[in-house]
Amino acid sequence: MLKINNELCIGCGICEDQCAFAAIEVIDGLAVVGDSCTLCGACIDACEPGALILEIDDGNLKTDLDSWSGVWVFCEFRQGALATVSLELLGIGKKLADQRRVPLTAVLLGSNTGKIADQLVGYGADTVYRVDHPELEMFTEDRYEKILTRLIKKHRPEIVLAGATAIGRSFIPGIATSLDAGLTADCTSLEIRENDGALLQTRPAFGGNIMATIECPRSRPQMATVRPKVMKENDFDADRKGEVIDILPDEKDLRSRIKVLETVIAKQGNVNIQESDILISGGRGLESEKGFELIRKLAETLNADVAASRAVVDAGWIPYPHQVGQTGKTVAPKLYVACGISGAVQHVAGMQSAEAIVAINRDENAPIFDVADFGIVGDLNEIIPKLINKIEEYRRS
Amino acid sequence: MNIVVCVKQVPDAKDVRLDPKTNTLAREGVESIMNPYDQHALEEAVRLKEEMGGEVTVITMGPPQAEEVLRLAISCGADKGVLVSDRAFAGSDTWATAYTLAKALNTLGKYDLILCGKQAIDGDTAQVGPGLAMRMDIPYLTCVQKVRSVDGNSLVVERMMDDGYDVVEVGFPALLTVVKDINEPRVPSLKGKMKAKKAEIKKLSAEDIQADPSSIGLPGSPTQVVKVFPPMPRGERAVFSGTIDEQVEQLVEKLKPYL
Repeated sequence: MLKINNELCIGCGICEDQCAFAAIEVIDGLAVVGDSCTLCGACIDACEPGALILEIDDGNLKTDLDSWSGVWVFCEFRQGALATVSLELLGIGKKLADQRRVPLTAVLLGSNTGKIADQLVGYGADTVYRVDHPELEMFTEDRYEKILTRLIKKHRPEIVLAGATAIGRSFIPGIATSLDAGLTADCTSLEIRENDGALLQTRPAFGGNIMATIECPRSRPQMATVRPKVMKENDFDADRKGEVIDILPDEKDLRSRIKVLETVIAKQGNVNIQESDILISGGRGLESEKGFELIRKLAETLNADVAASRAVVDAGWIPYPHQVGQTGKTVAPKLYVACGISGAVQHVAGMQSAEAIVAINRDENAPIFDVADFGIVGDLNEIIPKLINKIEEYRRS
Repeated sequence: MNIVVCVKQVPDAKDVRLDPKTNTLAREGVESIMNPYDQHALEEAVRLKEEMGGEVTVITMGPPQAEEVLRLAISCGADKGVLVSDRAFAGSDTWATAYTLAKALNTLGKYDLILCGKQAIDGDTAQVGPGLAMRMDIPYLTCVQKVRSVDGNSLVVERMMDDGYDVVEVGFPALLTVVKDINEPRVPSLKGKMKAKKAEIKKLSAEDIQADPSSIGLPGSPTQVVKVFPPMPRGERAVFSGTIDEQVEQLVEKLKPYL
C-alpha cells in the first residue's frame, strides 16, 4: 500500500506530476492515492518532505537465494544458424559473471548444431550445455520450456538471460512461471548492484517514455530477455578454453502438444529487422507502394534492411513483419533513416533507442524532427536519389 | 466452442508523452482504451464463434473502471464480461497477473480456447499470455498472424517468427496470443451497444477466486520496480542549412561512420 502522511504532506503536487499512472491527485492541499496506483514508487523519490511511504509485505516467495549461482545465457539456433543476439548475450553475460565471480554457461538447443558450441566458448562461455536432438529442429514452446526448466532446476543458476526475440519472448515466460521466478522483458541495460549482488534490469515502458529498473529480490533465478542490438559481443578468441557438455533430453520433455507443419522463410527481403544494423524506413510520405523502390535502393546502398510505419503496412504497401512501432516491432539499430514518416508517438516508441536517427520529411513541423539527430526538410523523391549518389561518390573516393 | 478473451485497459499512447520541461509524463486528458492487440484477439474470437458457434467470454483484471473495456467488448460481439478487481491486486507483475487470471478462469467453467493480445502497449512485456497458459497447463503459441483452419478439436495457425512464419497445429484447449495482422477489428454495432449497456458484468474479488494473498499484488510479484526515470535525452540535433545538395552533403559527412 502507498500511504500518505498527512502531517508531512505540503500539497505541492510534485508526486502528482511524477505519477505515470495518474493515480495521485492533490485534493484540498493533500495528496490522495487512487485505484490506479501500481506501487511503482516513482512518487516516493520525488517527495521532498518524505510524506509518502510504500509498505511492502514480503510475501512467501522467498527462496534460498544463496544456493543459486552462475550466469546462464540461452543461445538461439534456428534454420542452421545462431541468432546474433546470442553473442550479445555472451558479451553482457561475461561481464555480469565476472562481476559476480561465477562461471558463464551457454545453453544451446537445436538440431545439427555442428561447431556452434565451440564458437560459444570462443565468445566467452566457460561451459556449454548442448542439447542437440532432431526433435528440436523446429521451435516448439513446450519442448524448449521443459528442457531448459529441467536444466535450470538441476544446476540452479542465479541469472538466466535470453534474447527478446520471437522465440525468447515466447518460451521464457513459460519457464519463469514454472519456476516461480521473476522475469523482466526486453531489457536494455543489466547491472549488478554492488552491495548485494542483485541483478538490476532496466527496460523502457510506455513505449519508451519512461525507463524502469527492476529487481527480483525474493526469487531465483533472476530472469531477463534482452533486446537485440543493445549489448556488445566479446571479441572472438579461438584459443579460449571451455567445456562442452552434451545433454540427452528426457523423453518426457520431448513430448509436445504442438505440431509444426511447415516453416516459411520470408522471401522478400530480410524481415528480422530487430537484428539489423541499419534500417531505412518508409512512411505515408512515399505516396504509393512504388515509393518503396526508392527505399529499397537506399537500403541497398547502405547495406541496410527495410522497415515501415504502421500507415503504409495498413495500406498494404509492405508486409506487417516490417512494421516498426507500438503495434509492430521495437528496433534499436545503429542507424535509422525515417523517410516520409511523420513520427507519431506510436512509431517513435518503436525506434527511439536507435543510436542515430535521420529524418527526411516535407513537413518541417513533423514530430519526427524532435527525435531525429539529423534532418532534412524537403521532397524525399529529390533527396534520396541525391543521397544515394553522394554516398556512392564517397565510397568511390 | 467456448472462447475466453483476456483484455486490458491501457492509457491511449497518443496522449502519453513527456513534458519536455519537467521530464514527467504529461497526462492531461489521457484517455483509456482497450489494448490494441486485445481488440484483434477479441475480433478473432467473435469470428471463430460465428463460424463454430459457442460463446465468447471476455475477462479483465484491473480497477473498477476497467468495466468499460468489457462493455466495449460486448458491443463488439462478446457474450459475457468478467471483471477481476480488488485493491489487493495492485502492484501485480506479470507472474502475479497470470496467477490471478488463472484463478479467476478456474471459477468460470470449461473453455476450448483462450485468446490474448501479443502484449499490452503500456508494459510491452508479452508475458501474461504464456504465463497464464502454463498455469492452466495448456499448450500455447505466441504472435499468431492467421488462423488457417479450425475444427472441433484443433486449430492450424500461422505464427510469426523473426525470419518468416511457422504453420502450427495445436489441439484444444489451447492459448494463443495474436498480432494485429490477424484481422481487422469491427466497430461496435448499434445493437451491440444496446446489449453492452444492459449486460451484467460478473465481478470477482480476491476472495471470490480464492487467491492466496501472498501470490497476488505486490507481495506476490517476484519482480519489483526499484526506480522509474526519464530516458536519456538524445544528443544535440544537427541542423543543416543551404540548398538540398548542400544539406545532403552535410548529411553524408555525418553518416560516414556507418558507411
